[in-house]
Amino acid sequence: MKIMLGYASCGIAAGAAEVEEVLKKEINKSGIEVDYRRVGCVGMCHNEPIIEIEDDGVRYTYGNLEIEDVKKIVEEHLKKREPYRKKLVVPPEQEYDYFSKQKKIVLQNSGVIDPEDIDDYIQKGGYDALQRVLNEMEPGDVIEEIKNSKLRGRGGAGFPTGLKWQFAADTPSDKKYIICNADEGDPGAFMDRSVLEGDPHAVLEGMAIGAFATGADEAYIYCRAEYPLAIRRLNIGIKQAEQRGYLGDNILGTDFSFHVHVKEGAGAFVCGEETALMHSVEGERGMPRPRPPFPAQKGLFGKPTNINNVETWANVPWIINNGAEAYHSIGTEKSGGTKVFALAGKIRRGGLVEVPLGTTLREVIFDIGGGIEGEAKFKAVQLGGPSGGCLPEEYLDTPVDYETLTEAGAIMGSGGMVVMDENDCMVNVAHYFLDFTQKESCGKCTFCRVGTKRLLEMLERFSKGEGSEEEIERLRSLASKIKSYSLCGLGQTAPNPVLTTLRYFYEEYDEHIKDQHCRARICRPIITYTITDDCVGCTRCVEECPADSIQGEKGSKHVIQQGMCVKCGACFEVCPVKAVEVE
Amino acid sequence: MKREKHSKATMEEIKSKYPPQKSSLIPLLQECQNRFGYLPKMVMEDIANFLNMPSSKVYGVATFYAQFRLEPLGEHTIKVCHGTACHVKGADRVNDSIESVLNIKSGETTDDGLFTFERVACLGCCSLAPVMMVDDTVYGDLDREKVKKVINRFRGDSE
Ligand SMILES: Cc1cc2nc3c(=O)[nH]c(=O)nc-3n(C[C@H](O)[C@H](O)[C@H](O)COP(=O)(O)O)c2cc1C
Repeated sequence: MKIMLGYASCGIAAGAAEVEEVLKKEINKSGIEVDYRRVGCVGMCHNEPIIEIEDDGVRYTYGNLEIEDVKKIVEEHLKKREPYRKKLVVPPEQEYDYFSKQKKIVLQNSGVIDPEDIDDYIQKGGYDALQRVLNEMEPGDVIEEIKNSKLRGRGGAGFPTGLKWQFAADTPSDKKYIICNADEGDPGAFMDRSVLEGDPHAVLEGMAIGAFATGADEAYIYCRAEYPLAIRRLNIGIKQAEQRGYLGDNILGTDFSFHVHVKEGAGAFVCGEETALMHSVEGERGMPRPRPPFPAQKGLFGKPTNINNVETWANVPWIINNGAEAYHSIGTEKSGGTKVFALAGKIRRGGLVEVPLGTTLREVIFDIGGGIEGEAKFKAVQLGGPSGGCLPEEYLDTPVDYETLTEAGAIMGSGGMVVMDENDCMVNVAHYFLDFTQKESCGKCTFCRVGTKRLLEMLERFSKGEGSEEEIERLRSLASKIKSYSLCGLGQTAPNPVLTTLRYFYEEYDEHIKDQHCRARICRPIITYTITDDCVGCTRCVEECPADSIQGEKGSKHVIQQGMCVKCGACFEVCPVKAVEVE
Repeated sequence: MKREKHSKATMEEIKSKYPPQKSSLIPLLQECQNRFGYLPKMVMEDIANFLNMPSSKVYGVATFYAQFRLEPLGEHTIKVCHGTACHVKGADRVNDSIESVLNIKSGETTDDGLFTFERVACLGCCSLAPVMMVDDTVYGDLDREKVKKVINRFRGDSE
């Protein structure tokens, strides 16, 4: 019997460490022989912590576990060989509809293998692709294969990967580099983290294949410092691959050598941009520079460099193993394969979702994600983080694809998909993203540095109920200038969240500036908390109020002193009889 | 998290691990910050000498990246996630709770030196939103009560 515990960051945050402690203790006590291992993320973050048991070829998935459940699983399933039905995510004979519309390529091993054990990866066919490439293919064949697969960059811009490799391969040089972009800075995105935590060797193998194809012999993986577990697993993976001869000098007995280093980011969103990233690896402030020259001509340390995103790399071994045609047949005409999305926000079943390109937003959000969590209605889905946009209900039948999403005003982006409901204010969401980009602007281009600040100030006024239609027009005009006069994607896309919310949710802006009304009751300056006659006088809110703005004796109705209220909503949250209203 | 005092000997030991070239700058700053909890002026000057660059350059890099701090940190660092998912699920309320429990604003350290409290962009645990990280541990599905409980646990720890 094989027992697997989901041990990625989100699993740990949900309590996997405590579960493991009890699980191991109980297994030991029982004396039963089991093959226990920690695995990466299975993608069902909404069910963490998760234990999976493979028993006689049948897979049992237990989710949302408390300590008591772990004891029960050992008692019932391991000892008595009776599944502990109460905590099964779905009965084993039934397919979980969360997975039925998914297609796993990048995540095929995540949550299945032990990411810290190379043998697990090899057993699943790992490093077969590298072997094939080295033994049977020429660099040009590999590039042709990747081109035909119609794989496009998963880091956001969707540039055809095979073509990019071609550019690097075509630049003559004594030294070339490969970079894996693992900076994953978009708030609301965690695909790359999960791939690195769940299947680091797939990324390493993809990079080795790319190095062979382009003629590189050294690589850097630039990983954000907020991902300590991913960094740890990468370093373990590199060491194991070197010991087995899949990385290092004379790989698999050939004259191909390839060395990989991990560089830790230092907390700057702009360092996800490729030229800024290279400056950062070189020890500089991470500021972008104009292109051309493109990295393929003049990249890291002035040498030709091919840079791809984590997920892009992780697709490569599959394509070599299964063929370009098989990969292309999964996606759309122009973009092959799948895309991983980080589904979060007001969603019933959040997690990591991998779907064929061309799947509609509705299928992802409603069929896979189970729709909105709670009673409220769907309002918008945010794609592409601070460079992307919010799409309303009418656009839910849009297929996820680079072109269609861009046309709708959002972007595919790196894969963050945050679902919002009626209780979210679109002016506030625009303000949120602008606040982010304004802080993260590196300061090099004036329009990005100062322009985003001015945009933010306008949004601040709107959320206070100030501003006018003319000001909205000024905002649009400034937004288009920021897009035109910024050097890198940060400034070029920073106004997108504002522009899409203006396009699809104009009435909310209108209500803020004309009626000082926030229908989602989010914008603090224009909402009011009051206590109704339902108040039982328990003083809970009086104690909780950080501004001491609530007066009242035990047993008598409390009153909020409006002048002192900071609108934090603490009273609203703690009131046991729901006697606090917000308008 | 235990922090070391910086001394000549530790600096020598740290420097010996890196080749004296420009690309060692950020890894050096990272290791010093990890061990001392922040980057004292002397440490930055020492690194500048070692890498043969003006100390203004070291300072320029140290102030560009959000990770580096020039002031000592509290014993525990609380990072409240302000990613998109956390934002729509009430990160501001988590922020308020921490401010009122610790009586400091984000970016500040408590008088007893126990906690530093910061806002961060995204911790990548979006399905458990809203979340915060204390030292290296992430706490998810937070509400007012849970925030208090977690902080109190750390207060108990250090007594
Ligand atoms: C401000 C900014 C941030 C970016 N952040 C990332 C990132 O975190 N991860 C990533 O893979 N690409 C990021 N990119 C895109 C990279 O510049 C680059 O296009 C990508 O790494 C190329 O890989 P791909 O072709 O495999 O997508 C960012 C771009 C900009 C302008």
